[in-house]
Amino acid sequence: MTAELIHRLHFAFTITFHYLFPQLTMGLALLIVVLKSVALKTGSEQWDRAARFWGRIFAINFVFGVVTGIPMEFEFGTNWARFARLSGGVIGQPLAMEGVFSFFLESAFLGLFLYGEKRISKLMHWFSAVMVFVGSWVSGFFIIVTDAWMQHPVAYDRLPNGQFEVLSFWQLLLNPWALLQYAHNMTGAVITGSFVMAAVGAFYLLEGRLDEYGRVFLKVGVIAGLVASILIIFPTGDLHGKYVARNQPAAMAGMEGLFKTENGAGMVLIGQPNEDTGQIDNPIVVNDALSFLIYGTTKAEVKGLDQIPHDQWPTALPLLFYAYHIMAGLGTWFALLMIVSAFLLWRERLYTARWALWALLLSFPLPYIANTAGWMTAELGRQPWLIYGLMRTSEGYSNTVSASNGLFTLLGFMGLYLLLGILFTVLIYREISNGPEPKLPAVEAIQAD
Amino acid sequence: MMGFIWFWLVAVMIVGYVVLDGFDLGVGVLHLFLVRTEAERRATLASIGPVWDGNEVWLLAGGGTLYFAFPLLYASAFSGFYLPLMIVLWLLILRGVSLELRNHLEVGVWRVLLDGLFGLSSALLTIFFGAALANVLRGVPLQADGYFFLPLWTNWQPGPHPGILDWYTVIGGLLALVALTLHGALWLTIKTSGELEDRARRVVTPLWFVLVALTAVSLAATIAVRPASLNNYFNYPATFIVPIGVVASLGGIWLFNRKVQPVKAFLSSCLYLFFMLAGACWGLYPTLLPATTGADRDITLSRAISGPHTLAVGLVWWGFGMVLAIGYIVFVYSKFRGKVDLRAGGH
Repeated sequence: MTAELIHRLHFAFTITFHYLFPQLTMGLALLIVVLKSVALKTGSEQWDRAARFWGRIFAINFVFGVVTGIPMEFEFGTNWARFARLSGGVIGQPLAMEGVFSFFLESAFLGLFLYGEKRISKLMHWFSAVMVFVGSWVSGFFIIVTDAWMQHPVAYDRLPNGQFEVLSFWQLLLNPWALLQYAHNMTGAVITGSFVMAAVGAFYLLEGRLDEYGRVFLKVGVIAGLVASILIIFPTGDLHGKYVARNQPAAMAGMEGLFKTENGAGMVLIGQPNEDTGQIDNPIVVNDALSFLIYGTTKAEVKGLDQIPHDQWPTALPLLFYAYHIMAGLGTWFALLMIVSAFLLWRERLYTARWALWALLLSFPLPYIANTAGWMTAELGRQPWLIYGLMRTSEGYSNTVSASNGLFTLLGFMGLYLLLGILFTVLIYREISNGPEPKLPAVEAIQAD
Repeated sequence: MMGFIWFWLVAVMIVGYVVLDGFDLGVGVLHLFLVRTEAERRATLASIGPVWDGNEVWLLAGGGTLYFAFPLLYASAFSGFYLPLMIVLWLLILRGVSLELRNHLEVGVWRVLLDGLFGLSSALLTIFFGAALANVLRGVPLQADGYFFLPLWTNWQPGPHPGILDWYTVIGGLLALVALTLHGALWLTIKTSGELEDRARRVVTPLWFVLVALTAVSLAATIAVRPASLNNYFNYPATFIVPIGVVASLGGIWLFNRKVQPVKAFLSSCLYLFFMLAGACWGLYPTLLPATTGADRDITLSRAISGPHTLAVGLVWWGFGMVLAIGYIVFVYSKFRGKVDLRAGGH
């Protein structure tokens, strides 16, 4: 195993595990604001309890997100030192800004939200929820800006020693790639949050307990899920895809498995790319669809891999193809499921339609898979580049850290994250089993002593 | 000029981290020995519950600031200290999880395990942070290209080919352990009440004597390992105010703890940490990471600094962002000021 592969796996493994948590907290933060707003407006104790319940779920996820997020900032230096040395002047900025502008805000108001409810007014508690939402979404923005610069470098100059320097701060922050990716990614986070909320609601109704909460969770989850499942396809996914096709033709050709340049390119719904023959095996194709989706006309030319030098092909072509197709396929399922569920909700039949409740319950893992697959699409599509067109991945890893040392810590992370995963599952299951009703005062008193 | 400013801004982030996360690390070490009942343990943990995560943000924000202001230093130090940093990450993960999740679990066995993990990881973190600082002061075997890689230990001597741990850096680790445990004890005298408060106050005395001894030993050891540390002081004799400040703040800890003025005693401890760290930074300046392989390989300020435009732009948003951040921090600490009262919503 080469050092380059180990360092790639190290980053990929730790960030994939990390992002399981923020995608829920960012989505939930928005939904908790919705719950708190209704509670504040109506004075309903039930919606307040619902908000507190999701606050507890949020808190557990937040802790796992924080502790698995710290390694990410370190790994730029530990595992990708040569990249960090050249890029610090540019992407060090959004990373430091995340800490300065978002983490301080988020941690301060989360402390107030979780520990301070009895010390502050109802309005202040609502405001804390809003600030936690703002903090987590600002945090997401700075990370996307960092990634977007690696995908689509803008507003930079090179110093004589090879280091990159920012030429325009605002162009860095308003990189068109970043704005499109941010819209798409945050919509994805809302999908995770709303699917999880709807699934817990469906779980309570199917179990026949905590019905009143189950209905609240379903209502909020399905409405938010419907909006997000449509926005993820149109306009955010559509626009982002068009931008990728124009700026990273190799990535788009790999995602679609388009080996040959075509006028009127078809879209492969399913199949297996065969790098030896340059074809898709067992394909199911919609004719002309790809040209139409990218350029708005069925006859447009779409660049295939044949026009791209072989040393610039995405290095893990089949995985890129599958990641993209898994994301897109699941996205289609999300829209279908939520349209049907919202229709049933509107006709007041959702709460008794057990087949729909089962579908909602069983679908909760799928947004995690789709979000992960989406990120794999973005990052595998960027290969073999670390900074697109400017620096190759093979030029960026820490060459003083041997493959053996890298493997040592990768295995350490795997073991630790296995433990964390088990602990997380137990904790979340217990919170959901306990439900939103407050515990009996007697139990609380015993615990306090 | 930009180099001077950013050197001290990064130093401010480090001081902010040590002073703030320092007391919750110290509480983590102490709670294993100091508390007798579950109620006391809850009060102890509630005293840091709402703030520890924000305190840890100083480490992240500091790391980010280092990354963009001094990319060469960030790249070289983080890859060179690869193994200890990964261990620090694992400890930070264990600590955060064990602290935050014990209250979600009612089962006694789980709580005992998580409390033990929290205390152990806190203690090891203070030792690693102290040793890390000592590594920077001692210097590392930098290659001509600005990189290095340190094993965890070699022959335990601080010579030209040291390991992360040698007798000098172990002293640094122990100093940090004692200083932060004392810092945490003083925090508990502010935040807790009753017998727990008395016990916290009593534990300060023995810790103080050890701290004074270790401070003297580490100072002598630093001068022995890197005599150049004194150059700035002799060139600018007014800066001998820093060691005087160390002595004065040590006196303040003793005096105010004796007179049962916990806030003043805690602030003295903050000043002690500030003077110690500022003194170490001043001993290095303008070197950022000395080389044991020859002074021409030192990573210096002028070698590591980012481009001028990056730094100028950074100064604007950094200043603005930190003013905002200090605003939230003051707000949160004022909302949770006073003694922990378990009856009032767990705080």
